[in-house]
Amino acid sequence: MDLNKRYTPQSWPDHPETATLEGKNKFIGFWLLLAAETVTFASLFATYLALKDRGPSGMEFTSSGLFELPLVFAMTMILLTSSLTSVYAIHHMKNHNFKAMQAWLGITVLLGVVFLGLEIYEFNHYVHLGFGYTNSAFSAAFYTLVGTHGAHVLFGLSWFIALMIRNSKRGLNTYNAPKFYLAALYWHFIDVVWVFIFTVVYLMGAIS
Amino acid sequence: MAHDTTEKIRSHAEHDFLKRKRSAEMRHQLTSFAIMIFLTLIAFTMVAAGFSTYLIVPIILLLAGVQVVLQLYHFMHLSNKGHGMVAFFMFSGIFVAFITVLALVTIVWW
Repeated sequence: MDLNKRYTPQSWPDHPETATLEGKNKFIGFWLLLAAETVTFASLFATYLALKDRGPSGMEFTSSGLFELPLVFAMTMILLTSSLTSVYAIHHMKNHNFKAMQAWLGITVLLGVVFLGLEIYEFNHYVHLGFGYTNSAFSAAFYTLVGTHGAHVLFGLSWFIALMIRNSKRGLNTYNAPKFYLAALYWHFIDVVWVFIFTVVYLMGAIS
Repeated sequence: MAHDTTEKIRSHAEHDFLKRKRSAEMRHQLTSFAIMIFLTLIAFTMVAAGFSTYLIVPIILLLAGVQVVLQLYHFMHLSNKGHGMVAFFMFSGIFVAFITVLALVTIVWW
């Protein structure tokens, strides 16, 4: 097919992400990945819950004194809002409005970068307090769980940026529509995982 | 070819109808977003207010569950047509996830 085929809002398919066989295959394959990722994160959550507040005797850091909820609240709001802005991006993708989609993706990336910056600040702050990765079983489980989520955020941001740059002159067609759609799905999944992180790690950590 | 689709040009009436449908969908998404923000606020407020642990933990876990359902079914369109297979994938994943957490936590607690 012609990668540079032009569509108009009138000729744009109703579901451009699954209009081609390749798009359908990507859609199925990507959801299978998300299901597998669910299990990956479940094992990290289970490890964290098992090792929470445990470590060598005499360890000084426990979850109740460590976490700072105002920072976590800000991070939660930023990531949740970025989930909505990517919904807007896909809304404009379905209306075949390439510029609006790119703009909303740009806002999503910006919010994601702020989130990642706050997470790096948070980790840096803990390490300076003496709560390093090798401090205790608790610290290792904490950094592995939240760090894996942070790595997903970094990957999602790189994915968005790569798509935006690579397709900046191409416009929207049925070749790249599945790519944008799946990147947005990935971004929502990252927010799904964060909902459990702020609930299980931070909120339940602060009250124990 | 895997990319080929039959191209269909919509009439103006069809086009306007689809546009309106999408705008209506977008308003639903905004409602879901408002609910998610509200649930998050409740969770953080309850912890900040310092209620009993036995009261807070089940409630914030429930709020997280509701929020995830909203994300999956509205933001990720799991409720739309043609999502039967992917819903099966996700529920299998969630089932294994549940067993994993249950197993590791009970090993440590007992």
